[in-house]
Amino acid sequence: MTRTHGAGGTTDRNTVSYVYAVCRAGGAPEVPDVRGVDGAPLRLVTQGSLAAVTASLPADEFGAGGLEEWLKDLDQLERLARSHNEVVDALHARTTVLPMRLATVYLDDARLSRVLRERAEGFGQLLDRLDGQVEMGVKVYATPAARTPAATSARGAEPQDTAEGESPGRAYLRRRQAHRRHSRDVHRTAGEVAARLPRTAAPLVRARAVHRPQQGELAPRIGENVANEAYLVARSDVMGFRGTLEGMADGAPGVHVEVTGPWAPYSFADGTSADGGATQGAPDD
Amino acid sequence: MTDALTTRDPGNEHIAGRQIVLIDLLDRLLNGGAVLAGDLVLSIADVDLVHINLRAVIRSVTGDEPAPWDQGL
Repeated sequence: MTRTHGAGGTTDRNTVSYVYAVCRAGGAPEVPDVRGVDGAPLRLVTQGSLAAVTASLPADEFGAGGLEEWLKDLDQLERLARSHNEVVDALHARTTVLPMRLATVYLDDARLSRVLRERAEGFGQLLDRLDGQVEMGVKVYATPAARTPAATSARGAEPQDTAEGESPGRAYLRRRQAHRRHSRDVHRTAGEVAARLPRTAAPLVRARAVHRPQQGELAPRIGENVANEAYLVARSDVMGFRGTLEGMADGAPGVHVEVTGPWAPYSFADGTSADGGATQGAPDD
Repeated sequence: MTDALTTRDPGNEHIAGRQIVLIDLLDRLLNGGAVLAGDLVLSIADVDLVHINLRAVIRSVTGDEPAPWDQGL
């Protein structure tokens, strides 16, 4: 039995059903008071014990062809991503959510309901597992000093320290070499910190997922990202997790550990990162 | 059930006022999230789900690889 409630519950050909998240039908009695993508009001599509938080969007813009056009532009992609996350976050603040990947669109509610029915058991298990949990991101950066500490010499604050009788060319090469050595050391230390992440986090987490290190235009410029991971953490352990993980860079000059979140459990929503499975922080020795 | 979640606790404090870094968001929204019926091949008619694998979009904005629809999918 499928019910649609809230504003705009249509199944006409001019709209498609954009899905933000799935939750338990009893867990989100009201949709949050946020407007999602394109300002469209949210509604629930309920099927058995599950509810999909959905909005009707114009088919010409959000059907296959339209979506392509929409997403060719980074600013539009960003707007879509932020709107999507805003809705998922608002839900996550009040109930357990299974966030959908960006741009999950059905042609109509009937098709969405069919998927909810077919996947009911798996979704139910995932929601049980995500109950009371949040996702925390952890990134490790290697950030060698722009000017090598070793190159500022024992002889004091001379910016272009040149040893007695040393030619400028030799001095330059020596500084280059020192800088390379420094950079290598920082990268090695960052790698060691990254390797310790799973074990350090283990007492505080339920699961681990590994993302690709960030690079390219969108990556923060604070250094080279050597590890980009996500952990499933109980809400009550968020503070402890942040403190423990951020503390890992103490005493490691040039290494930064950045903790982000809490996030809705995006990285643990596909059912493949099972507890204790391949993604559960096997200690790297 | 999940009633405890409606109270404010540290785990519920979403970083107010701090803009989420786009790439952190995209890591999750493009690589994570539940995939309901697999990725869509755009040219196949009569698919129920219009799910677009956007990782290629990210590669395309970073200049590594063209978007999938430029490859004749």
